[in-house]
Amino acid sequence: MTALPPFQELLDRHQGDVLGFLISAVGPQEAEECFQETFLAALRAYPEAEDRNLRSWLMTIAHHKAIDHHRARGRAPIPVEELPELVAASPNGSDPGLWQAVSALPPKQRTSVALRFAADMPYREIGKALDCSADAARRNVHEGLKRLRRELA
Amino acid sequence: MSVVAEFIDRAEREGLIEVAYAEMDSPFGPLLLAATESGLVRVAFDGEVHDEVLGDLAGEISPRVLELPGRLDDARRQLDRYFEGRLRDFSLPLDWQLSHGFRRKVLRATARVPYGATSTYSDMAAEAGSPRAYRAAGTALATNPIPIVVPCHRILRSGGVIGNYGGGPEMKEKLLHLEGAI
Repeated sequence: MTALPPFQELLDRHQGDVLGFLISAVGPQEAEECFQETFLAALRAYPEAEDRNLRSWLMTIAHHKAIDHHRARGRAPIPVEELPELVAASPNGSDPGLWQAVSALPPKQRTSVALRFAADMPYREIGKALDCSADAARRNVHEGLKRLRRELA
Repeated sequence: MSVVAEFIDRAEREGLIEVAYAEMDSPFGPLLLAATESGLVRVAFDGEVHDEVLGDLAGEISPRVLELPGRLDDARRQLDRYFEGRLRDFSLPLDWQLSHGFRRKVLRATARVPYGATSTYSDMAAEAGSPRAYRAAGTALATNPIPIVVPCHRILRSGGVIGNYGGGPEMKEKLLHLEGAI
């Protein structure tokens, strides 16, 4: 087993992806709390982490925190007034309608689309993070995009 | 507070940061300082690759390594004052876990050599209980994880030759000048 890098390296390298993903998954206001919980959980578990791909490992934790969050709040849609902030924080600063539509996707599709485009992850890694195959991840992204196109048409 | 700063703050309050580190400026270039909960564990010179030092600490102590300057405030303040010639004795808790056996004994003996004084490798070997092991004493000093604070710069080769130093012989000479030892 290769030695794990200093945790600070993970934080420096992946904080943007994790925050971007969480903003798309739970909205900008709750993203910060989920971010803290994600990295705290990661730090607690870190010495036992074996996964060579630490980014997928981290994204899996972020994904679980997002699910916990949705369970606790009963999947409330993101209020419209938060959208400008969300767009400012979204990696490509695209239009608000798009992010509103993303947040309205079913959870699996939303998470997959967020990981693909907010965190720029390949399907293989998305599959790992969501505990499904790369093909299933690709399908979720595909379905999500199809739905987005329909909604935004 | 930024989202990252808040995470680090919470991690510290939960006792999850096993190695905290900070960089500081010094007359000899940036130094890297690292501390565990027990005390200062590592001081790295400008000439060392700080990322590699942090990687080593992750492997040897714990991968829970985070930048947390707060834990090094005291060490940074004392080092600043030392470099200004206003502090003679460091009073910092030290964590000796990176040195073992004979080497640790040599370094503990080195820590007792007072400001402004010098000693020799053979003396340190004798202090550590093996008068003839001056070469091993030299190795112990060359691998001192906490230089400056554990003053291996005060140990000279017999005959008063300055000898090698992790931060370079020039730095060793300047430190001894600062202390008025030479």
